[in-house]
Amino acid sequence: MTIGSFALYGLGLIVVLTIAAWIVKRVAVVVAPSDYAYILKTAPLTAWFGMVVIFIYVMLAVLAPVFAPFSETAIVASEYEPWGAPYYLGTDSLGRDMLSRLIFAARNTVGIAFLTTLLAFFLGGAMGLLASTLGGWIDQIFSRAVDVLMAIPQLIFALLLLTIVGTNVVNLILVIAVLDSTRVYRLSRAVAMNVVVMDYVEAAKLRGEGLGWLIRREILPNITAPLIAEFGLRFCFVFLTISALSFLGLGIQPPTADWGSMVRDNATLITFGDPTPLMPAAAIALLTVAVNFVVDWMLHRSSGLKD
Amino acid sequence: MADTDEILLSIRGLKIEGRSEEVWSEIVHGVDLDLHRGEVLGLIGESGAGKSTIGLAAMGFTRDGCRISGGTVTFDGIELTRSSVRTRRALRGKRIAYVAQSAAASFNPAHRLIDQCTESAVHHHVMSRSEAEHDAIDLFRRIQLPDPEDIGFRYPHQVSGGQLQRAMTAMAMSCRPDLIIFDEPTTALDVTTQIEVLAAIRDAVEQFGTAAIYITHDLAVVAQMADRILVLLKGDPVEEADTRTMLAEPQEEYTKSLWAVRSFKRPEKPLAPPEETPVVSVDHVTAAYGTLTVLHDVSFDIHRGRTVAVVGESGSGKSTAARCITGLLPPTEGTILFNGEELAADYRKRSWDHLRQIQMIYQMADTALNPKQRIRDIVGRPIEFYLGLKGKKKEERIRALLDQIELEPDDFIDRLPAELSGGQKQRIGIARALAAEPEFIICDEVTSALDQLVAEGILKLLAKLQDDFNLAYMFITHDLATVKAIADEVVVMKEGKVVEAGPKSEMFRPPHHAYTDLLLSSVPEMDPDWLDNLLKEREEAGVKIESAGN
Repeated sequence: MTIGSFALYGLGLIVVLTIAAWIVKRVAVVVAPSDYAYILKTAPLTAWFGMVVIFIYVMLAVLAPVFAPFSETAIVASEYEPWGAPYYLGTDSLGRDMLSRLIFAARNTVGIAFLTTLLAFFLGGAMGLLASTLGGWIDQIFSRAVDVLMAIPQLIFALLLLTIVGTNVVNLILVIAVLDSTRVYRLSRAVAMNVVVMDYVEAAKLRGEGLGWLIRREILPNITAPLIAEFGLRFCFVFLTISALSFLGLGIQPPTADWGSMVRDNATLITFGDPTPLMPAAAIALLTVAVNFVVDWMLHRSSGLKD
Repeated sequence: MADTDEILLSIRGLKIEGRSEEVWSEIVHGVDLDLHRGEVLGLIGESGAGKSTIGLAAMGFTRDGCRISGGTVTFDGIELTRSSVRTRRALRGKRIAYVAQSAAASFNPAHRLIDQCTESAVHHHVMSRSEAEHDAIDLFRRIQLPDPEDIGFRYPHQVSGGQLQRAMTAMAMSCRPDLIIFDEPTTALDVTTQIEVLAAIRDAVEQFGTAAIYITHDLAVVAQMADRILVLLKGDPVEEADTRTMLAEPQEEYTKSLWAVRSFKRPEKPLAPPEETPVVSVDHVTAAYGTLTVLHDVSFDIHRGRTVAVVGESGSGKSTAARCITGLLPPTEGTILFNGEELAADYRKRSWDHLRQIQMIYQMADTALNPKQRIRDIVGRPIEFYLGLKGKKKEERIRALLDQIELEPDDFIDRLPAELSGGQKQRIGIARALAAEPEFIICDEVTSALDQLVAEGILKLLAKLQDDFNLAYMFITHDLATVKAIADEVVVMKEGKVVEAGPKSEMFRPPHHAYTDLLLSSVPEMDPDWLDNLLKEREEAGVKIESAGN
């Protein structure tokens, strides 16, 4: 397997996925109830491509033990076996099956990234909504604290914090979630500010509604579209950060499979013209592109543009 | 009047389609019109009549999501619908110009007026930059802008709205076009400012013999401006005639209904006995935004079952007074009394009962209703919140309220605000206020964003509800026709002070305070000679028409 034929296979995969996306779109438009059919029909092919890819990743992550031919950690052969049955993508520097590890890594990397993003949104979103609704000194305290956190380059700050608190999965999730929540805070505060000044919020305040009602019923439903779009984008950044940290050795710890560290562990092979270390990198790239396709479509919908 | 019989613009069987949700539907269904050189044609109709769309099509232009699907637009022998983009671009700005509704939104805030007024002349190689500047200053003088030499060197935010609208007319004139399209140029202005702009536009059009299409929904305005009027309804022409003929003897039922729309007037109620405690009493209130004092020692009373209209131009402090009453802006001095009882200055410190008693209806129904809540929730929430009704009882109450605002409950209860027309949204706003069962409702410009026929319906509804529930209204408006229709008492405000106050019948009878007089005389009337007479009168009386710029 040379790098050239690797690129050719990649191209072939993209074509297959595009055709699959087109077919799924046709089927979905017919099958979906009429309320959603219009939304699905107007979704561009890129969005369908993204949805199909994300669906495949989710299935692989959830059903990893079913799809993977070997265990995540078992040493099954000598190191750096070439591609070929039963090790379809060869073996790594310790003789573990690459394909199995790639599939299990989907579960680890994507799962952890998803949890982290969720937590970041919960933190940042809640603080942003509170700041914009209450205003005054609460807004000042939150905003200045966020400014301080954002003033330090994120990756370096993450490295620093992880060195202090020690590297394990829980710390990893907490540190990245806190750092990323600053971005979510900025966005949710900004979009909520536009809603807070609306007359219907004023009417609810004058009615005597409490903070909970104002945030949950009057403001949140009107800012969900940009927040969901941001969720997709933020998710990409988070798992790129996790992969980067793993590549640097401070992320998910061995022997747990993870795309970032898999690139690092097998990096030497690239000097021999073997594309194996590119596989996890390609997995990261494909998911990033797919998520962005879907997010683009959602942003377009929430912006209300006609063309 | 038309100088020659030569036809400048001829539109035949014009059809325009608009796209919504991927489906094209026709919004203009075959309109014919002819415009002679030097003639002013008034296009009039309610919103959705296709006035602006036709006006833009006269330039061979459609907005995004619209297309010309049939017919021809011939401008001076050039067929615009089939001509190339280059041909049309060469015409626009040079031979056909456009004046938009909101000059404040149409001027680029980053450039000086003179840069923008000379741009098209220089771009079309009509004049060099320095010639264009001289010409622009000359135009500024002709349309009576103050300081014509210097005003061009200011930025848009440094001049007033009326001046900006006149500068925009000067900009349209810069290439001496054959045709100018005015799209509601005075709709966003106060009445006293509107006069200046109308006079300036008319003079400019007359001096240069420019033909014009004047688009508006205000009949009294079009009566002053146009030689001929074309009435439109939902993309169809209804009637076309000379202005005087049209005003004197309209033929079609629809035209007559438009003409008659200002006829609604409810009888004025006698003043409440002096010993009765007013529902709301504003007592020597002074209020400020930061260091800027916007209300100075304002006092007025509102009695049960009465409507007090608070009148004034934008910036006169009428909405600020409402914010003080609701408690959104705590006054720096003075108090608000409710049934003789002092209210807390801040709404957060008021009891639920006080909050319930004072309700508000907003100007923009679009922003006053949460777009993500259904009518059931919008109207139902105050019922649940204040009266504690739930389930079936709440549902019954919602339906009763929808009946009262004349909307069919079965049809409307599960709709979202986006599925309602402007008038229906405003009715839901009223229902939400009523749901709290208040004694006092503040109506903040509730009809100014609506078409006249729809606005009249809302006024009638408010009058009916007042009789049914003995409500007190504070009616904030800048439209004196509305005041005439609904008010019992009038409070005139200017620059944060009460200028004059009293029963309606007295307010509309001389002698007035000078400002009230200016306000009253500035309301356009249906008489086509009104503007001429007024300008002559004011000149004789030496009233300065020019209000001071910023």
